[in-house]
Amino acid sequence: MSNAALLSVEDVAVDLPTARGNLRAVDRVDLALGAGKTLGIVGESGCGKTMLSRAILQLLPKKAKLTGRVMFDGQDLARCSAETLRKLRARSLAVVFQDPMTSLNPVLTVGTQLIETLQEHLELDALSARRRSVELLAAVGIPAPEQRLTQYPHQLSGGMRQRVAIAIALSCEPKLLIADEPTTALDVTIQAQILDLLAREQKRRQMAMILITHDLGVVAGRTDEVAVMYAGRVVERAPTQILFKQMHMPYTEALLAAIPKLDTAPHTPLPAISGRPPDPTRPLKGCSFAPRCRYAASRCEAEKPLLASAETASHQYACFHPIKLAAGVGA
Amino acid sequence: MMQQAATSPLLKVENLVVEYVVGNKIVHAVSDVSLGIARGETLGLVGESGCGKSTLGRAVLQLRAPVSGKVLFDGENLTAMQGEALRKMRRRVQLIFQDPIASLNPRRRIGDIVAEPLVIAGVKDAGERQDRVCKVLNAVGLDPALVMGRLPHEFSGGQCQRICIARALVLNPEFIVCDEPVSALDVSIRAQILNLLEEMKTRFGLTLLFIAHDLAVVKAVSDRVAVMYLGRLCEVGPSEQLFARPAHPYTALLIEAIPVPDPDVRPAEHVAVGEPPSPIAPPSGCRFRTRCPRGDQKCADEVPELRAVRPGQYAACHHPLI
Amino acid sequence: MATLDLTIGEDVAAVPARRKRRLGRLFWAAFGWMIFVFAVALLADVLPLPSPTDMDMLERRAPISAEHWLGTDGLGRDELARLVHGARISLVVGVCAPVIGLTFGGALGMLAGYFRGRFETFVVGSMDVLLAFPPLILALAVTAYLGQSIFNLTCILGVLSIPAFMRVSRAATLTLARREFVIAAQAIGASHARILLRELLPNVMLPLLVFFLLGVAVIIVAEGALSFLGLGVPPPISSWGSMIGEGRESLEVAPQLAFFPAIAMFLTVLSFNLVGDALRALTDPRQGAL
Repeated sequence: MSNAALLSVEDVAVDLPTARGNLRAVDRVDLALGAGKTLGIVGESGCGKTMLSRAILQLLPKKAKLTGRVMFDGQDLARCSAETLRKLRARSLAVVFQDPMTSLNPVLTVGTQLIETLQEHLELDALSARRRSVELLAAVGIPAPEQRLTQYPHQLSGGMRQRVAIAIALSCEPKLLIADEPTTALDVTIQAQILDLLAREQKRRQMAMILITHDLGVVAGRTDEVAVMYAGRVVERAPTQILFKQMHMPYTEALLAAIPKLDTAPHTPLPAISGRPPDPTRPLKGCSFAPRCRYAASRCEAEKPLLASAETASHQYACFHPIKLAAGVGA
Repeated sequence: MMQQAATSPLLKVENLVVEYVVGNKIVHAVSDVSLGIARGETLGLVGESGCGKSTLGRAVLQLRAPVSGKVLFDGENLTAMQGEALRKMRRRVQLIFQDPIASLNPRRRIGDIVAEPLVIAGVKDAGERQDRVCKVLNAVGLDPALVMGRLPHEFSGGQCQRICIARALVLNPEFIVCDEPVSALDVSIRAQILNLLEEMKTRFGLTLLFIAHDLAVVKAVSDRVAVMYLGRLCEVGPSEQLFARPAHPYTALLIEAIPVPDPDVRPAEHVAVGEPPSPIAPPSGCRFRTRCPRGDQKCADEVPELRAVRPGQYAACHHPLI
Repeated sequence: MATLDLTIGEDVAAVPARRKRRLGRLFWAAFGWMIFVFAVALLADVLPLPSPTDMDMLERRAPISAEHWLGTDGLGRDELARLVHGARISLVVGVCAPVIGLTFGGALGMLAGYFRGRFETFVVGSMDVLLAFPPLILALAVTAYLGQSIFNLTCILGVLSIPAFMRVSRAATLTLARREFVIAAQAIGASHARILLRELLPNVMLPLLVFFLLGVAVIIVAEGALSFLGLGVPPPISSWGSMIGEGRESLEVAPQLAFFPAIAMFLTVLSFNLVGDALRALTDPRQGAL
């Protein structure tokens, strides 16, 4: 990391009290992201990626307890006042959620939502706000933007709604955009369009972006760095190229192998991962992936592996038996 | 029809049209679709949301009445059947749904749920029913002793899907329609269920209609693939061939749009243009012409028919890629 | 075969799906009162109480004494005995009338919600007509033609409660009939009757039962109101409502004659409401988790 990172997540943990005991949704995660870069966070349901994004945005449920620091642009978001946070949101921090139907207000027109955001955060007058809204809608690829201003979310298709959500997120020129599964609910052709749009806007505005997804394919083509999460922890972290070419975590390897790919012949049995994702209310003493891991040994069940660096400092993993490592190293 | 195998196919769909009313508008969900599935084959049916693939799957099983057209199963006309005859037919064709948890009655025990088809089919002996339920639960990888007395909400998505597969298999059907069986499951569980389906297919000698929107998933399990767009078939052909050299521009578009988990493969630029039109007012002629780079006046005037572009591969296009 | 050796053992231990029941003291108090009232009503004849119809003209409006635990009413009848027998009436009407509503309304609602189309329009329309009918007029008409009796009263109130049960049942059926497990049952070849009885009914039963308990509370009050107006149970049978009505005349002299039945009714209605609410809260998360 050459210059100071725009976002630095330091030793962040999120605990949620539930009826079944304490739930450690995020378990001491460290991340860093520079301006203009894209970080991909990959994991399945229950791995804690959504909670992590909420922790960064300070949008955790009331019962949740956050420990650690979230340094954004020099400030610790976890210790900021509500007023400072409010000013930071939309201006510097923006978010796009998975389901645009629930993230857009269904009883307000698209125009109202966009114009209100502009007026609130950029203090524009009504006329300039309206003009800017039309520009934004055109920029995100919505045809006939003036007519869309008077439409309600339910009158638009899923792809259109997501574009509107992106327009609202980008309206105040944020420094960091967090996209939480932005295309999971969309068709594959629309997904490609939306991801293209995000990449384009990011390049134009030199914006940092965190792309949260369960799809390794999405992450491969569109991120600079990838963090793989499992059971609340980051288990592997590396620049994208290196992660796919030289992965060390058995989980990453298994995940990649289990995805059907277009170049495999039909009826080839897929190397599936046995078992199922762990229960976050019952954390295991050792490595969380051990019950499902092909390479698991007795040490894996007794101790939790910590994140350690591989050949390059930018590549970190948490495993006692990393793959593709020369014998004798890291064991 | 053109896709007939050498022997007569197990399932034949002829000119099926399914429409339904929303408010005061008509949704043309399936428009004049014909296809055939040979015994022991898996036909993958792929398309994006709104293309009508799920509706077609339900219409084949007569869970949604078609407006016109015929569905022939083993020579018998399903569309003309009613009441008891249709119910008897249902023992030979089954359905697996997308949402495994919603497919199970939340107030009934797993043992009862899986035994239900046997009860309806008239298997009176409770011991025999129990026996068959245990056998089929074992086949899908679940321990009957641990599973039978519990309620659905105690299980995960993947386990519920196994239970649904068990329920579909308990009567030894010949044909199963799988409607997006893995879309709602986690990535690491998907492979388990796909492998399970393949194994069950071999073990029970099944014929499958596999409906999904994920091309890679469809390719992994299908012998032949049919691509649908806005209610019409675009292309049908053997899996390898179709994906290696698609003939229809829409198939090519779908393949290009899939994100590949390989950082060396740059995502294609400007993959798709615009949004799919609404099935309430589909475009005239070829329905894909509004988004197709090759569309012209002929595409607007004439509806393209499925024509052979290579042996075994058919495309409905005036300007196919091959 | 590696994919098939799924160990459920770890899952079973890891999923104690039953949530902790937080029923609280208020619930148990309410439940306790309900049981108490039921028991008392059931055993009314066996309890060592004076007859509720024995008039003792010398002891009219007597205060609380060892002989008459709650005093006597305007005609010298033992107040406690009348309360206890009144409980019987209130509970009989209060439970039987909603049962009529539950059976007919519940069935109609399920059929309407499942079959839809013109049948549904007809059912909903008729229920709307019934709802629009002023209940008091109906009660008057029935009592005028058929006379006053507990049976007639129960029937009137039962019929009047059918639309509400129909609504609840139909709403529940509409959401459920679209769920995949119903389509799955159709795909297996289940007949309509089987789907209604084995798939839908167990799921619709819960909200209906919760509504039933709330309905009991409402009917008890309704019966009380009708009896208060003189349209309910005929004398000399006592019900809490008629006791309040009679006590109205003695409000200045002996206010307890109106208050005792009022308190009894209040506590009973409150208990049914609390139990109904608690059960709804208990069962909703289960349903919601789907």
